[in-house]
Amino acid sequence: MPYTTRRRLVTSAVALALGTTALAACGTESGDGETASGPVSLTYWTWTPGMDKVVDLWNKGPGKKDRITVTVKKQASGDTLVTKILTAHKAGKAPDLVQAEYQALPTLVSNDALADISETVAGAKDRFADGVWQQTTLGTDAVYAVPQDIGPMMFYYREDLFEKYGLSVPTTWDEFAETARELKKAAPGKDLTTFSANDSGLFAGLAQQAGARWWTTSGDRWKVAINDAATRKVAKFWGGLVEEGAIDNQPMYTPSWNKALNTGKQIAWVSAVWAPGTLTTAAPDTRGKWAMAPLPQWSAGENRTGSWGGSSTAVTTDSEHREAAAKFATWLNTDRAALSALAKESGIYPAATNAQTSGAFLKPPAYFSNQADFYSKAAGIAGTTAPSAWGPNVNVAYTSFKDAFGAAAKNKSDFGAALDTMQADTVADMKKQGFEVAE
Amino acid sequence: MNSTARRRSYGVKGAPYAFLLPATVLFALFFALPVGYALWLSFRKVKVSGLGLGSGARTEVWAGLENYTDALSDSELLDGALRVLGYGCVVVPVMLGLALLFALMLDSEKVRLTPFTRLAIFLPYAVPGVVAALLWGFLYLPDVSPFHFVLDRLGLPRPDLLDGGPLYLALSNIAVWGGTGFNMIVIYTSLRAIPAEVYEAARLDGATPLQIALRIKIPMVAPSLVLTFFFSIIATLQVYNEPTTLKPLTNSVSTTWSPLMKVYRDAFGDGDIHGAAAQAVIIACVTLLLSFGFLRAANRRQKQEAAR
Repeated sequence: MPYTTRRRLVTSAVALALGTTALAACGTESGDGETASGPVSLTYWTWTPGMDKVVDLWNKGPGKKDRITVTVKKQASGDTLVTKILTAHKAGKAPDLVQAEYQALPTLVSNDALADISETVAGAKDRFADGVWQQTTLGTDAVYAVPQDIGPMMFYYREDLFEKYGLSVPTTWDEFAETARELKKAAPGKDLTTFSANDSGLFAGLAQQAGARWWTTSGDRWKVAINDAATRKVAKFWGGLVEEGAIDNQPMYTPSWNKALNTGKQIAWVSAVWAPGTLTTAAPDTRGKWAMAPLPQWSAGENRTGSWGGSSTAVTTDSEHREAAAKFATWLNTDRAALSALAKESGIYPAATNAQTSGAFLKPPAYFSNQADFYSKAAGIAGTTAPSAWGPNVNVAYTSFKDAFGAAAKNKSDFGAALDTMQADTVADMKKQGFEVAE
Repeated sequence: MNSTARRRSYGVKGAPYAFLLPATVLFALFFALPVGYALWLSFRKVKVSGLGLGSGARTEVWAGLENYTDALSDSELLDGALRVLGYGCVVVPVMLGLALLFALMLDSEKVRLTPFTRLAIFLPYAVPGVVAALLWGFLYLPDVSPFHFVLDRLGLPRPDLLDGGPLYLALSNIAVWGGTGFNMIVIYTSLRAIPAEVYEAARLDGATPLQIALRIKIPMVAPSLVLTFFFSIIATLQVYNEPTTLKPLTNSVSTTWSPLMKVYRDAFGDGDIHGAAAQAVIIACVTLLLSFGFLRAANRRQKQEAAR
């Protein structure tokens, strides 16, 4: 009897010891207890390809002098990373630096994952367009990130096929609709483009161009205006084109879509500055046959565009070295050497305005070798980006868009109703969470 | 002497517990604990105050049954369940029917190349579900599918398999293609276990091969059929890979097409881990009820038949 009891005790003690070690391991902070002046090592979660090479420049140059070493941990992009950051933050173990898309910043801030770094980065404000910088402040006095890249929207079209079918490049959305119809008449088997419901960012950018401001605050309340007049105009426009069959209704980024672009079945694409990269893989055979123009406007003489994509570098509240991290974020996105390395190694389009016309952007992208002024035109367009207004549950609005507009595009039914669904889902989610929402 | 004997007897008594310990610890750590945590999460929710910006704007509070009432009154979850029901009504009978047919054919004496055929039917099971869905997705897409190319050349109509009713067939086809082999092996194995005398007796009584199959083989492999049916129900209720993989290819599959897809969307798309936990608990309960309900019903029938 005594033997068994003791053995049982021993086993439980071992189990307990194991448990405590495991717990202790969980509790150990990866951050070191060094003082601010000592060497600092930071972790950086990013999905940008080639970032490790850019960070090497820091570690060998300014970082070495300040004794701040940054380690890159490559991550999945966009929403997946937001989820991962929030989960890590819940455990108090988020990395020091993270890459975040602009529309994800309010979500991250509302989960208290991002630190206010205004003191360290305030000097960098002048390097960016106001509309871009404003996205990192959420309209407050705080600054939650440093802008890295932007995605001003543009109109891409097959120059040769436009000529073949006698089409002219549309400067207004009315002309765009006319062009789609003319093409249908000239070549019934072809489409000008498609309305795709699988990337909400495209629709958000188009609404932004029309002047929509989806989330705004007044006092302590949020105002959600996803189904405002501007967005409704955009939704009805595209819904009308899909309904009359002037454009296709199938999603982008599918093998079918690649083939349609590559064989000239679809001859235009409303996209952003990063389109050359996508076209290179989607439509390799049509290299040199495309051209870029500003986005069509809602009224003649206007000059505005929306943005689709773009991201920033933020410092988390879990970081023990926020100042050092903010210093690195500023260097990465404003230093001349860093920006040209980012352009060369990662192929990003920089948010810093003076970098948009720097050495790396003198020559057009290889896919657009026929358009020598590609980047100077792009910089001009980037300057016309309309401000955007993101809220704390963009993710909910975006998934609601995919389902509601996917079904509407499939059934060629009322896009206005789909937009109302998107608004209702978004407001319902905010109310459920407890946000103060003004009606 | 006396004391060693006593000690040994205690040691023997303790042995089963010692053998059980690793499994129990693993079960507790990797099954009971996560399930318990999910249950705990499902009774809580996040409460935001004001604009919800800055620190301290979010607190986790007790929600009671709120997440459960929300989930049960959510039409999307119910619609998803109905879609999966329709999908299951195609998959389960077709898959098990084919599996039984193939097993009987392989078991009959006239078939040659049995090992090769068996492997060929089983092979799709070794292809991961996501890969299978990708392969089939390419074959379904009208613009890149070789089938559509051939149909087009022959001047035949080209059905869109990724829309409306055909979508259910398209999804079911992937599951049937992947699952038939496994179920066939289960049934075939139990067919091989039937003693040869039984067949001999049947033949002496003048039974034809068809009669042997229908009257002898199928009733004797009934337990395996019950088992495969049981597995198939669970797999159907948990369908996730195939619709998720096909989703980017078409407007017809929503992010909430199946209940599990909705759980994933709510947890990782919309960031509502608590609501998702409640839905997961509901799905687990329904799966348990349905599968064990079926098992009990099947057992009762077998007992009744045995008693007769």
